[in-house]
Amino acid sequence: MAAYQMNGTTVEHDEEGYILELNAWSEELAKVIAEDEKIEMTDEHWEVVNFLRDYYEEYQIAPAVRVLIKQIKKSMGKEKGNNKYLYALFPYGPAKQACKIAGLPKPTGCV
Amino acid sequence: MVELKIRQPVPGEEIPDPAAIPALVPGAMAHSRPYLASPEHQEAIGFPGELVDDWKERAIGKLGELVANSRALRVYLDTCVKCGACTDKCHYFLGTGDPKNMPVARQDLLRKVYRRYFTFAGKYFPWLVGAEDLTEEVLDEWYSYFHQCSQCRRCSVYCPYGIDTAEVSMAAREIMDSVGKGQKYCNEIIGKVMKFGNNLGLQEKAHRATLEDLEEDIEDETGVAVRLPLDEKGADILLVTPSADFFAEPHIDGLIGYAKVFHHVGASWTISSYASEAANFGMFIGSQDNMRELMLRIRKAAEDLGVKRIIFGECGHAWRAAYNFLDTLAGPFDFLDRRYPVPQHICEYTYDLIQKGALNFDKSLNDDIRLTFHDSCNVSRASRMGDKPGGQYEIPRAILRAVCNHFYDMPADTIREATFCCGGGGGLLTDDLLELRIKGAQPRMRAMQQVAQDHGVTHIAAICAICKTQFAKVMPEYGFEMDDVVSVHQMVSNAILLDGQNTGGEEDDEDGEDGAERAVSGG
Repeated sequence: MAAYQMNGTTVEHDEEGYILELNAWSEELAKVIAEDEKIEMTDEHWEVVNFLRDYYEEYQIAPAVRVLIKQIKKSMGKEKGNNKYLYALFPYGPAKQACKIAGLPKPTGCV
Repeated sequence: MVELKIRQPVPGEEIPDPAAIPALVPGAMAHSRPYLASPEHQEAIGFPGELVDDWKERAIGKLGELVANSRALRVYLDTCVKCGACTDKCHYFLGTGDPKNMPVARQDLLRKVYRRYFTFAGKYFPWLVGAEDLTEEVLDEWYSYFHQCSQCRRCSVYCPYGIDTAEVSMAAREIMDSVGKGQKYCNEIIGKVMKFGNNLGLQEKAHRATLEDLEEDIEDETGVAVRLPLDEKGADILLVTPSADFFAEPHIDGLIGYAKVFHHVGASWTISSYASEAANFGMFIGSQDNMRELMLRIRKAAEDLGVKRIIFGECGHAWRAAYNFLDTLAGPFDFLDRRYPVPQHICEYTYDLIQKGALNFDKSLNDDIRLTFHDSCNVSRASRMGDKPGGQYEIPRAILRAVCNHFYDMPADTIREATFCCGGGGGLLTDDLLELRIKGAQPRMRAMQQVAQDHGVTHIAAICAICKTQFAKVMPEYGFEMDDVVSVHQMVSNAILLDGQNTGGEEDDEDGEDGAERAVSGG
């Protein structure tokens, strides 16, 4: 099984890069995953990642994209509260790529 | 990846024919294969965890069982005369040039094995009839190429024998599952529905929170308290919709559209958290057992909630599965009100209301959109809507014309029964098949580029969760924006005028006056 390497420890992930053990997540690991995804983490990226993690803790699933957008609108302002801005942050898609960096399971289904 | 961005007609720019036959590139897609299902995903839905030692014997045994139980499958495997009518009808062939993606060639991967073990000539003179042994190479080719068929059946429309090629792909996948070589995307998802009630893994608490959030949004936007009820016993209508409608864009805007329609006519309806999925991936893998299990959830929800009707939301293959098999696999539904079709499609419901004049629209609210419509393969070629032949083509278009001033169809040989698949259907809507998805979308995208050029079309409407997600993903490769795909009921939602709805207002700067006037007459 493939794994992320970080300060001498390894964290296993699936074929697509989602970590297998959700408890193994840390901010350090998020940076490693982000680097793998060719994303440089800014405050805005962290805002999204942290919101996803909070939401997941409460609901055991990632939020609907619309819910995420609403949150971003609230915290970063109206001009950033849209899908395009989220895709600018996470080019592969906010749901999947941001979940991967946040250490959450991949959203499955017709999404 | 693809040439140009066509938002406005470019004079003199010639868009290639969507159905143009490509140069052959043997083996072009031989590398394409989805991730294997893990033992855990396999076993959860009744298949061996990994490739079994005696896979060959078991695969041949399974094939024998399938043709013994399905006269249709046997006929499909027996009757092909290699006339070639289907060769250039597959979007994956047109987009990849790989000759094994000619439907006849892809099916032959299974057919040659069938011949070898189940026909007289193939048993004794295999070299005369193109019969071949089942080997590991053959099995690998099955895995690769039967995951390059979206079971859209466009080729079947042109087959003079009416061979249902989708059935052949389903059979091949079922055989592979039975020997432990299943596909991760489909099998993980089926397991999730069994466990959580939907493809997403959305649990009741999150489901409720999402719906409440949408109620808030609608009220903020319109001033009207539109409800999205969950698990309400005694409701008349159970809405079963793809769980993508609770999660993704533009799907969720379609869900808002259904809710507004129900609200406007005072319908009593509910969503179920137990059966919160219309999609039925059991069909994609040819597994009747799994398909039935998923349908029984819908039946149980309908019984537990005491509803009178079941309405399906915008989901292509769900409608195919429900329209064809719900009653036979999970019926009889004698506890429902039989004055209504079982099941009914949300488009049929909305269309009926439009016919009765029960809905009020301001079409100009969609004037920023110049629209075309994508006939989803499973709705077009495997089901129907309404009580007239071709209703599945006419009803969605009639809805769109009722809510939108600027509607233009794509070229005739790319729509209705000749529609091209979005490129992501049949259990292929997964990131590990993205190259195939982008290439397979080419015919549909060229047809859209054509209407963009000819009529300034900006958006494409779909009635399938897979089509919507696929378009949002691949359209940027073809010069469109990811949000140029809309739900049919999103268009309804944009234009509908609810009783008591806010109109005008500061955001409605251009035609606020007009809108307000119409709202009064509508209210």
